[in-house]
Amino acid sequence: MQLRVDKLGVITAALTAYGAFLAPFATFRANRIVAGEGRSISEALPPTWAALVLLVVIVAIILAILKTPGVLRLAIALCALAVLALAIGAAAGQLTPPENTYARVSPASGFWLLLFALALLAADALTRLRPSPLVRVAILSAVLGFIAVVLISGAWDGLSLLKEYASRADTFWAEAGKHVMLALGSLAAATAVGIPLGVLCHRVPRLRDGLLGALNAIQTIPSIALFGILIAPLGWIALHVPGAAAIGIRGIGTAPAFVALFLYSLLPIVANTVVGLAGVPREANEAARGIGMTDFQRLAGIEFPLAFPVILTGIRIVLVQNIGLATIAALIGGGGFGVFVFQGVGQTAMDLVLLGAVPTVLLAFTAAIVLDAVIETATPYHNRVQSA
Amino acid sequence: MIEIEGITKRYGETTVVKDVSLTIAPRTVTVIVGTSGSGKTTLLRMINRLVEPTSGTIRLDGEDNRTLPGFELRRRIGYAIQGHGLFPHRTVAQNIATVPTLLGWDRARIDAKVAELLTLFQLDPAAFGPRYPHELSGGQQQRVGVARALAAEPKVLLMDEPFGALDPIIRAKAQDDLLAIQKHFETTIVLVTHDMEEAFHLADRIAVMDKGEVVQYATPAEMLVKPATPFVESLIGAGERPFRLLAIETVADAVEPGAAEGEAISSTASQREALSALLWSGRKALPVIGPDGAVIGKVSLEGLAQRAAGPA
Ligand SMILES: Nc1ncnc2c1ncn2[C@@H]1O[C@H](COP(=O)(O)OP(=O)(O)O)[C@@H](O)[C@H]1O
Ligand SMILES: [Mg+2]
Repeated sequence: MQLRVDKLGVITAALTAYGAFLAPFATFRANRIVAGEGRSISEALPPTWAALVLLVVIVAIILAILKTPGVLRLAIALCALAVLALAIGAAAGQLTPPENTYARVSPASGFWLLLFALALLAADALTRLRPSPLVRVAILSAVLGFIAVVLISGAWDGLSLLKEYASRADTFWAEAGKHVMLALGSLAAATAVGIPLGVLCHRVPRLRDGLLGALNAIQTIPSIALFGILIAPLGWIALHVPGAAAIGIRGIGTAPAFVALFLYSLLPIVANTVVGLAGVPREANEAARGIGMTDFQRLAGIEFPLAFPVILTGIRIVLVQNIGLATIAALIGGGGFGVFVFQGVGQTAMDLVLLGAVPTVLLAFTAAIVLDAVIETATPYHNRVQSA
Repeated sequence: MIEIEGITKRYGETTVVKDVSLTIAPRTVTVIVGTSGSGKTTLLRMINRLVEPTSGTIRLDGEDNRTLPGFELRRRIGYAIQGHGLFPHRTVAQNIATVPTLLGWDRARIDAKVAELLTLFQLDPAAFGPRYPHELSGGQQQRVGVARALAAEPKVLLMDEPFGALDPIIRAKAQDDLLAIQKHFETTIVLVTHDMEEAFHLADRIAVMDKGEVVQYATPAEMLVKPATPFVESLIGAGERPFRLLAIETVADAVEPGAAEGEAISSTASQREALSALLWSGRKALPVIGPDGAVIGKVSLEGLAQRAAGPA
């Protein structure tokens, strides 16, 4: 058998090797805000765990460098990631002195590098395997399920991140709810407004340039500035429109965050609706008219379904963008995961920052994968072209 | 019966269709020919009111085509265009079912109609019904496009260069199929093309358009013998005239009494095919067989030469 080298695999392997052998695996700190000391895999882990981690890492490096089947690469990457996830929990037990509630153990650069490199290996293998949408969602569910089981089992309880969580469990879920509400609520509002606007732009070309230009301009306003701009009008509405304050409209807080996310969401949705409708084959439109469809039947039965995948792509962009942007809402008291990020920055407590950042990334990632799967499922006639 | 009376269409200053009057007999094929931009499509689209005329009236079976709202009128008139215009996200069966569904037919009747049309167009309903348009060949897509236009059993079928995207062999077959279908459903067909060969092959009557005007409306034979203007003459092609003349008539019309040697030709073949067979085999005459296979006479080189000669 001839052994051939995989170019991307070499980079992945180099990262993995650096993460495993040169960078510190875990950080130990005497309390939550002092500077930490790095610990290598052999220092941070009990001998059997250390051996297991090194074993899977070495196998992963070898399989990554050589041209190996995608399934094998995916399997070793996922397996190594699972071992890594359990090992970092074990490191907490190993490094924390007994009965010490101040000491903190958290993942260090080596761990993050390994995580990144192995995720890259898995993602690359997945791209090459081209799994069906259903399989992709199944893999995602398995990964999320694994994370949930590890969390519930308490294997990570010794980690600094979970200690931060333990002292804030109820605010965490309240902020999580707000975060999701902000991201999804503004998306829903933008979809409800943006799609009709897109249809209007398509039907009335004179409107198109002006509206898209205005939305484009909004998109270029930095988020903090947009919050600032919104404080005055929303504050005015709260004061002068009866009932507005009662439903939560204020110059600061959730309302301006919601409005800002809504405004940012409009451009991708309107623009994609316009592009999608413009991409409907001219002959299909002409035939639809020629055989007696009314304008509404043509829009609902022909144009919209054909433009739908493109519109969904816009919705996907907005959802992922909003999940990230919603973090900023905390700056003006809008809540969400950003609360932990900014508190953490203020207290120079990195673990608190992570408590906000990690769920945000996980949420955005999940949304992207699920919506990609939905988009692919929504276009059966396209898939067949590709497979034919 | 389609009566077009003094129809004019202007876009701003330019007159695209100028005072056109035509009467199209039921159950016939009328072909509108002319160079590109002469207003053929516009004229055709005024029949089903995809384009509203500036002045003039069009009556279908005596009824002004403005009595119904445009979309309801169009559901009663078949419409097929170049590049078929099938809906890419709907299956073949769903595409064909479009108009019956709009008209609110019940499921069983729609299914039966779809199956009937697919079979008529030589497409197996079980195999082709569930497919998407892009899974068909160009010729099959075109047939489905025509099947969709005929699904609600319209009395009138409008076709705008329906075979324009097909290669010559498939196109000839599609033309023959169309004639058979037209006989079967007794549809009145108005077809636009810029291909004279196609016009002579399909037409009961041909309308020649030039710069928005109909310059001649006549049977193919009349048009060959007496082209109304130099433009019509050039469109027919002076060198093609004798052959076109022979092409539109069958051998049955040229049979002479007597016998001849060699391979026979069918009386339903065109006289042009007979001429071709004569020239190729180097003979002076061919035996002719009737539909029952019995020899009914001969067709001769001399006889065909006389028939192909223009008026003195
Ligand atoms: N909607 C329209 N607006 C302005 N001019 C048009 C329009 N539709 C067609 N025309 C013009 O009318 C003329 C005839 O067009 P058409 O009927 O499509 O010709 P043909 O089908 O014979 O090629 C062309 O010069 C075309 O540019
Ligand atoms: Mg045309």
